[in-house]
Amino acid sequence: MPTKISVKDLAKRFVTDQGSLQVVNGVSFDVADGEFVAIVGPSGCGKSTLMSIIAGFDRPDRGSVTVDGASGKGPSSKGILISQQGSVFPWLNVRQNLMFGLNDHAPSDKEEIADHYAAIVGLKGFEKSYPHELSGGMLKRVELARALVVKPEILYMDEPFSALDALMSLRMRKELLRILAVERHTVVLITHDVEEAIHLADRIFVLSTRPATIQATFEVPFEHPRKLSSPAVQELREAILRELGV
Amino acid sequence: MGMSGAAMSKLKQILPAATVIAILIAMWWLVVVATHSAIFPTPWQVVTGTLELARDGTLWSDIGASLMRVGVGFLLAVSIAVPLGLWMGWIKGAFSTLNPIFQILRPISPIAWIPIAILWFGVGDASPIFLIFMSSVFPMVVQTTAGVHTIERRYLRAAENFGVSRYTLFSRVIIPAVLPQIIVGMRIGLGVAWLVVVAAEMIALRSGLGYLIIDSRNAGNRYDLVIGSMVIIGLIGLSLDGAMRLMEGFRLVKWRYAH
Repeated sequence: MPTKISVKDLAKRFVTDQGSLQVVNGVSFDVADGEFVAIVGPSGCGKSTLMSIIAGFDRPDRGSVTVDGASGKGPSSKGILISQQGSVFPWLNVRQNLMFGLNDHAPSDKEEIADHYAAIVGLKGFEKSYPHELSGGMLKRVELARALVVKPEILYMDEPFSALDALMSLRMRKELLRILAVERHTVVLITHDVEEAIHLADRIFVLSTRPATIQATFEVPFEHPRKLSSPAVQELREAILRELGV
Repeated sequence: MGMSGAAMSKLKQILPAATVIAILIAMWWLVVVATHSAIFPTPWQVVTGTLELARDGTLWSDIGASLMRVGVGFLLAVSIAVPLGLWMGWIKGAFSTLNPIFQILRPISPIAWIPIAILWFGVGDASPIFLIFMSSVFPMVVQTTAGVHTIERRYLRAAENFGVSRYTLFSRVIIPAVLPQIIVGMRIGLGVAWLVVVAAEMIALRSGLGYLIIDSRNAGNRYDLVIGSMVIIGLIGLSLDGAMRLMEGFRLVKWRYAH
């Protein structure tokens, strides 16, 4: 598989009132086209900063991020970021949210595409609902669908399901896997949930405490659908947790 | 027979306020009768005096004059304040250049502008319209600017991520995000405008509810008409605010009040 994303020696320091803080230091990895990688690390280790840089919203002090061999010039619809807090526009209804990123389509096409993706994520019948009328899980579906609508090559997912309850989080993972089996995307997932990483990813990077560096890499050699209670999965989980010092 | 539950609870809701108003009117009445005041009217005299004005048409033409001035001045202010506030909120340089000027002008009472208004615009309708404009433009600029400044970063990031055009950014993200704040600014602006039109008419004009108050006193101490006008000013102010509050029910801004 050709390399999709290449991250080389990233470093980022923040200057605060208490002095300067090295958040990320010397992070390098490649992501193959169509691969699903998960980055796991303890809270506050600099995961979100790292994601911000990889997705093009922040500039590193040192190092580079290239997508398809070209260094990024800020964010684009080639790679959509889905964050923990979510960014579904509360003033637009579901359909209008899904149509948001469709710049170069006729209005009637936009509606058709939006409704198609609403159905894919299980929101058929809610096209005219406003976000404040939806549950947390449904909002995540809107956010996911809004990203899928523009056919991004890459999905950057920063703790996308961590605000959901355990059951809903599990349901959303299965949903995501079902969609990825049909539509190919390269995915970079950031999470503190080891089980979520094993459930979804092809490869897992374990980050150290701040400043974040990659401390270990794990292949996830299991076919989908993965049985999370199987001994092999549990063994991998233990190994990752040991790396995290738990 | 009997009232519906909704009507009953509505009645229960307004009953305390209505009772207090009734007690105040009764006390007013008692004090006037007890002191044998020759000038200060009883509530009933206020009602009959006001009805008299309504019958000969003076009341309606004065209400119309005041509302027209407020309407023109306020709409002018909205049409300047909203685009200006959006611009100042979005462009840092515009904010740092213009904000100090607004902060100095804002605390000046609109009444203080009356001599200048008369100097520039004479004693016609243009003066009060100018004063209303001056009084309502600042709160609306401030609210709109603050609205842009407080748009959550995650929404702007999302817009940036999807690479939308500047037009889409403004029409689908910035303006809808700021709209609730703009409505707050409009409520404040219209409230101030209604205060100012009465003051301006008392000093510089020969029509409108403010003039009606001054004229009623000057023309034979008609305090029944003075108080009648004051009550009408209060009721119209309340209705104007109520009309503005209706805008908070628009679908486009409902999200702001949903939680």
